[in-house]
Amino acid sequence: MNETQNKLNAALGQAVRGRITRREFTQLALASGVSLAAANSMFTKAYADEPKKGGNFKVGVGHGATTDSMDPGLYPDQFTGTALWGTLANSLTEIDADGNVVGDVAESFESSDGAKKWVFKVRNGITFHNGRTVTADDVIASLQHHLGENSKSAAKSLLKEVATMKADGPNTVVFELTGGNADFPYTVSDYHMPIMPKNPDGTVDWQSGIRTGAYKLDKFDPGVQASFSKNENYYKTGKGWFDSVQFLSIKDAAARTNALLSGEVHYMDRCDLKTLDQLKASPDITVSEITGYGHYIYVMNVTQKPFDDVNVRTAIKYSMPRDEILEKVFLGHGTVGNDNPIAPTVKFAIDPTPKHSYDPAMAKEYLKKAGLESLAFDLSVADAAFAGAVDSAILWKEKAKACGIDINVIKEPEDGYWDNVWLKKPFVASYWSGRPTVDWMMTTAYAADASWNDTFWKNPKFNELLVAARSESDEAKRAAMYAEMQQILHDDGGLVNMLFNSYVEAHAKNLGHGKVAANWQLDGMRVAERWWFTS
Amino acid sequence: MTAQAPNLRSVRARRSFLESARRTLATAPWSAWFGMIVIVIYVIAAVFAPWLAPYGESDVVGKAYQPSGPEFWLGTDQIGRDLLSRLIYGARNTIGIAFLTTMLSFAIGGTLGVLTAHRRGWLDQLVSRVVDAFLAIPVLIFALMLLAVAGKSIINLILILALLDSTRVFRLARATALNVVVMDYVEAAKLRGEGMGWIIFKEVLPNILPPLITEFGLRFCFVFLTIAALSFLGVGIQPPTADWGSMVAESKTLITFPVRTFPWIPAPFYPAIAIALLTVAINFVVDWFLHKTSGLRDEK
Amino acid sequence: MHPVLKTVLQRLGLGLLTLFVVSVLIFASLEMLPGGFAEAILGQGATPETVAAFNKQIGLDRPAAVRYVEWIWNILHGDFGYSYAGMGGSIKRSVSDLIAPRLYNTFFLAIMTAIVAVPLSLFLGIMAALYRNSWYDRTVNAVTLTTIATPEFFIAYLLMFFLAIKAKWFPTLSTVSESTTLLEHLWRAGLPAITLTLVIVAHMMRMTRAALINLLASPYMEMAQLKGVPRREAIVKHALPNAWAPIATVIAFNLAYLVVGVVVVEVVFVYPGIGQLMVDAVSSRDMPVVQACALIFAATYILLNLSADVVSIITNPRLLHPK
Repeated sequence: MNETQNKLNAALGQAVRGRITRREFTQLALASGVSLAAANSMFTKAYADEPKKGGNFKVGVGHGATTDSMDPGLYPDQFTGTALWGTLANSLTEIDADGNVVGDVAESFESSDGAKKWVFKVRNGITFHNGRTVTADDVIASLQHHLGENSKSAAKSLLKEVATMKADGPNTVVFELTGGNADFPYTVSDYHMPIMPKNPDGTVDWQSGIRTGAYKLDKFDPGVQASFSKNENYYKTGKGWFDSVQFLSIKDAAARTNALLSGEVHYMDRCDLKTLDQLKASPDITVSEITGYGHYIYVMNVTQKPFDDVNVRTAIKYSMPRDEILEKVFLGHGTVGNDNPIAPTVKFAIDPTPKHSYDPAMAKEYLKKAGLESLAFDLSVADAAFAGAVDSAILWKEKAKACGIDINVIKEPEDGYWDNVWLKKPFVASYWSGRPTVDWMMTTAYAADASWNDTFWKNPKFNELLVAARSESDEAKRAAMYAEMQQILHDDGGLVNMLFNSYVEAHAKNLGHGKVAANWQLDGMRVAERWWFTS
Repeated sequence: MTAQAPNLRSVRARRSFLESARRTLATAPWSAWFGMIVIVIYVIAAVFAPWLAPYGESDVVGKAYQPSGPEFWLGTDQIGRDLLSRLIYGARNTIGIAFLTTMLSFAIGGTLGVLTAHRRGWLDQLVSRVVDAFLAIPVLIFALMLLAVAGKSIINLILILALLDSTRVFRLARATALNVVVMDYVEAAKLRGEGMGWIIFKEVLPNILPPLITEFGLRFCFVFLTIAALSFLGVGIQPPTADWGSMVAESKTLITFPVRTFPWIPAPFYPAIAIALLTVAINFVVDWFLHKTSGLRDEK
Repeated sequence: MHPVLKTVLQRLGLGLLTLFVVSVLIFASLEMLPGGFAEAILGQGATPETVAAFNKQIGLDRPAAVRYVEWIWNILHGDFGYSYAGMGGSIKRSVSDLIAPRLYNTFFLAIMTAIVAVPLSLFLGIMAALYRNSWYDRTVNAVTLTTIATPEFFIAYLLMFFLAIKAKWFPTLSTVSESTTLLEHLWRAGLPAITLTLVIVAHMMRMTRAALINLLASPYMEMAQLKGVPRREAIVKHALPNAWAPIATVIAFNLAYLVVGVVVVEVVFVYPGIGQLMVDAVSSRDMPVVQACALIFAATYILLNLSADVVSIITNPRLLHPK
């Protein structure tokens, strides 16, 4: 960087902090030989990058139901996740914008004994909204909330490996796991596990909404809205800029878009892809697209005919026109899958070979290997699995005819899809939001004993590697193990990973932000804490 | 519909069927002609869909949202199916389903309504209570529940919608028939010792037909609207079956972007226009029929 | 006893019977629905253990008959019970608290629409009967037909586009809460009300017209004409009183529809009415809420129909003074 630029940057910093005016800055820039237009755009950009306090931030979210509850174990989706966790609360750890796990309520954490023992230090002086200091007991009570026989928590199976939790002094929590897990800090970053105040009787106060986050809860109408006001005592500096935040549940995509266009909300998630070009053309709107870990999949039960034959499975994998589906149904918003559930951006991810793409000749060859001339089966779908599931399946059906495969697409009711279809019917549409580590993803859905093993796939070699990799401290060896697991799943599993979907969201131009996280939608569900108004 | 009008006239005028049809049609106003022509075109499209449509009902033949052109006259839909072909097949499915549903609901509701109005007594009370209970539950929600219980096939959809619709037809038929059965000519017929069938078909039915026919026209159109609403809420007709209501619902997000955009994507408008045109056409014919049967001779 | 009063009392009694039938019908349908509340609320996160734990907590492990009797018993004591959704912990959400604000919103919108739509459709219908087959008649017919022939959400989106986004007269979102003032509530509910008006006017107007025209050929109308009574007066004074029965029935249908059938409009405008609550409750199998909503809808419907029946009786001397 040369001297002029250095000076300009310094001046820019001053201008943004209000020490010199825009005019003075422009004069300085012009004097340094920068064109007027460039100077103006530099100024505007820098100005936008500098966070500012204030404003009432309104977000339109495409989820939310009248049955939503304050109980974090029951948070079903982005509405409760973003409002009642990302805005209101903190977990022990958090995933930063680069996908690394960092301390949140825990200041630091370290493991010993082959990642079987984990020690978390609670941050000093961090307080709840009612002013009470957070202690190790609160942490234990908060996690204990998900365990126990009567727990209905979605985090119950995530915490299954925890053998004991003990407080060691007011600021230290010691976890003993049943087996080594180098990724345990990732697990406790989950949005179902915020830290809540402990009641005198040992239970935890999830009802009142008193948490540790950047905003305090004002009002929560399930299925309608949640509103918050600023927590002046928030422990993070440089986070939580808005005076107040409101999340509105707007389930209809067209209504959400119109609310953004008319300025009634400043941010919307789940943009409608069909009208994205029109939305982009609007002068006050920015459309953002983040490829995260989420993927749209079709899963077959490998214990049922005809899917119990690996050749049939491979033929089916070759019959899907992934590129065409991505282009037509998702209008290019995503990355085609290759029957590996680990997103390319996750550490240790590989791209297995041969690549499974649309190839009628290969599909027919594998059918022949299975001793079949043609193949017919039912495929159960609903847009409850993911928006576009039905259209994708229809397109697949049309193209699979050329492979000698006759897919009978059954549109199931969206209502009750996860009860009656998923894990019940032999071949269904599904999705995963994805997990930031290989271990977490594989443990959740592909391990032999996983409670959500939706392919019913039990591969001994795969499961051996999964356990071994958890306590392997040599990075290279661990990488090799994970690579082998992904290859086995790609070749043998019952998963047809159609594509990794992008989070397509839109916001008003006068919002500023840093690097956007990819682990969840809405900037890792923490948009209210991380974003600000520029004007 | 067009076949019924001359029939009734022939009863009254005792002319030959063809003769009376010719005479009746000659007096039809332009609106009725317009309606009949539209209906005939739709029926032809519905019956001969496989021969008329340039492509198959669910064939993916192009890119998504291609504009109109020589290859695809109306462009393509969200996954690249020809819109014109889907509209033509949609005529077959939509009209077929709506017609079956409406006929069934009128057969059930109309018969029960007239019967109970005539008989009164415990039968009236029983049917009315059951119907009231059915009516008192919102159609959409009841349909959602029944579809979840029975499974979503087209047959189930027709049966459920017909059942729910028939309760509404019953109410109207009974209310209008109640006014007629207290008329002197009905009492006279009773005193003459006419049978119940005779009274219902010769005395009551002709006199309550006009409001029922009007209702038929509306109910018929409400069927596709209900299907559209069900599709909007995420249930409805199984894809890839083309159905106008579902076609509008599938591309609902394009509705608020019609004017500002280029290229203009008209996908939701064609099926909506198709529905509107048919509704207007049917009701024009119904109006004319109503006018004819009302026995008014003083005007045009 | 006066025959009208007698009929009203009789109908009210029968109404209670209808309510009972409705509750059995709804309860049975919900029982037959595949899946349960636990699976629905836990979604993809449901495992057999969590489902069992949940069912035990909300008492779903007991037989259906027991739960039904218990529920009916509580209703008779004015207790609608608690939503399953809040059953996870110590704070329970009572169904009445859940429903009350939404019911208020729904009635607000229904009344607002009815005040505009009913007089408007009567006026249009009478005028259409008066000037039947004129250009006025045909235009009104074609326009109203087009509005009912278009799916509700289609009209709603078009209105939103023109009146909210382009003209900016109305907000795109109709979200209201207890703190919303009456004026703002009226403004925010404007677009949904206009949409609903367009949807129901056609039906009521056409029935009015049909019922009137049906009577024009009656001997007493011919008599009136022979007497030289002006057409306008003949229709309003002689035909209209006899046409009230079918008109009242159709108006009752449409008013009931305003209360129960507006789910789609609520979704499009994000209006927190009771329809959305009930759809959510059906899909999550939250039985106490579905049951309570169904009873309220049924009661509304029964009362409206009772009014329609009373109108039919009052306007027909033969029914009013039976021989």
